[in-house]
Amino acid sequence: MSETRTVVVALIYLLSATLFVLGLKRLARVRTARQGNGISAVAMLLAVVGTLIELGIVQDYRWIVAGIVVGSAVGAVIAVRVPMTSMPEMVAILNGFGGAASALVAISIYWVDVVEPGKVGTLASILGGSQAVTAFLSVLIGGVTFSGSVVAYAKLNGSLPGRPILLPGRHVLNVALLVLSVAVGLVFAYGVADPVRGAAFVWALLAASLVLGILLVIPIGGADMPVVVSLLNSYSGLAACATGFVIGNNLLIISGAMVGAAGIILTRIMCDAMNRSLPSVVMGGFGGGDSSSAAAAGSQEYTSTRSAGAEEAAMVLEAARKVVVVPGYGLAVAQAQHAVRELGDLLKKRGVEVLYAIHPVAGRMPGHMNVLLAEADIPYELLWEMERINPEFHDTDAVIVLGANDVVNPAAMTQKDSPIYGMPILEVHHAKTVFVVKRSLGAGYAGIKNELFEKPNTMMVFGDAKKVLQELIGELKQLST
Amino acid sequence: MGPLLIGLYVFVLSVFVGFEVINKVPPTLHTPLMSGANAISGITIVGALYTAQTADVTVSNVLGCAAIALAMINVVGGYLVTDRMLKMFGRKG
Repeated sequence: MSETRTVVVALIYLLSATLFVLGLKRLARVRTARQGNGISAVAMLLAVVGTLIELGIVQDYRWIVAGIVVGSAVGAVIAVRVPMTSMPEMVAILNGFGGAASALVAISIYWVDVVEPGKVGTLASILGGSQAVTAFLSVLIGGVTFSGSVVAYAKLNGSLPGRPILLPGRHVLNVALLVLSVAVGLVFAYGVADPVRGAAFVWALLAASLVLGILLVIPIGGADMPVVVSLLNSYSGLAACATGFVIGNNLLIISGAMVGAAGIILTRIMCDAMNRSLPSVVMGGFGGGDSSSAAAAGSQEYTSTRSAGAEEAAMVLEAARKVVVVPGYGLAVAQAQHAVRELGDLLKKRGVEVLYAIHPVAGRMPGHMNVLLAEADIPYELLWEMERINPEFHDTDAVIVLGANDVVNPAAMTQKDSPIYGMPILEVHHAKTVFVVKRSLGAGYAGIKNELFEKPNTMMVFGDAKKVLQELIGELKQLST
Repeated sequence: MGPLLIGLYVFVLSVFVGFEVINKVPPTLHTPLMSGANAISGITIVGALYTAQTADVTVSNVLGCAAIALAMINVVGGYLVTDRMLKMFGRKG
């Protein structure tokens, strides 16, 4: 490559990295987020153009063009078609594709540099030690990210049960697999001089990483999915980073590291919001049948709940000054976001102040409820965070809990032996009346009884969230005529 | 200083930049940040482009082509879906 071209390419990469930083910075602020996303897309385009210039005229563009065309088409179609209610699955599977791409790149590099030229010698002696080690890390992290994301995807779209699936001795198995993968990786990097055997090692490593990814995610319950999805997000960045070390490209290291950081930040926010440590989430099994603390938290039976029909609820809402809606995963399942908005509009027309209380881990991914309510055109200024809305419940006339459970359970504040003790909750029990819209008295993901349901100011409204909301809307319209 | 060390310097500093830049992200943006960051992890396409340069049907070309396709799904799907979400946040109810 000519010297001028080297410099030009390096400058393009530098510009691209700068734009990635600026784009992410803007993406993290409401006013500038859309612009930030656009800047980051331009950075990506520059990165690809820079790489094509760096490669010069290659022998054949067919593979490159085919990959770009097919990938862009598939990406565009799913991005346009995916309903907002399926966003958690979408994000999960995209994480997986990112991880898979990084793993494939590392494997492909081994073939380009070692197997196809028929070179004899260890990968470390051919590529250099650090490239060899990061190549195997790229396969390992990428493989785990891919299969873990596929499991998360299956859990989120319901093709796998959302409850934890606990294998006996899974911790020992996971540690053993991880140790085995690292051992295979190190032998591959430093010990195997024959490309045919090396190839076998690569596939073994890939297989081990895929199994490990499945085993890591399968014991984690649905309510912990926001943590898992954020963590996999971080891994997909780290896999790209490892690839950057292999090909010696700082742009990949920079952008991969920032994605890794973004994933870690979200993971930490999610863990804090559940008052759980990351290891306890990753160990999995929360809300599973083997939880002895759930039994200690008392009987699962409800003794003194009161239920109300839509008519009664509508009368209370009509007379209220201030109503707070608490959405949860049940809202997403029932696809009731538009009905929520309609109810909110009706109440607003009658001079009722309507706010929406968002718990950080409500739903199945970070920010899940914000996306759903935004789709229904509910202005984000009305979506209040937990810390801000909790003092408001004291002078709230009515709360409507829509398919949320553990995040409004007062046991988190009062019962020291409860598995969710210490988790910050939305303190809806301070409101005058609480309507809990729920299909049945079944337990939430934590598998424990919700004390809120037995409070004297709580009324259960049984039914699917969307149906109940439509009944409420009907009743309110009748009241006005 | 070898390339590995330079890479490590770049890595560590970039992680700090990432933390500084994204810190205190409001909950409304949690999902778009995740999907937007995800699109960025498609940067691995740069690596994939290196490995699919020749005409023959070889393991490296097939894997490279698959990696390009997967990374492009990530890039195009990630940016478009993020934009779709942010467009919703922008409009007033």
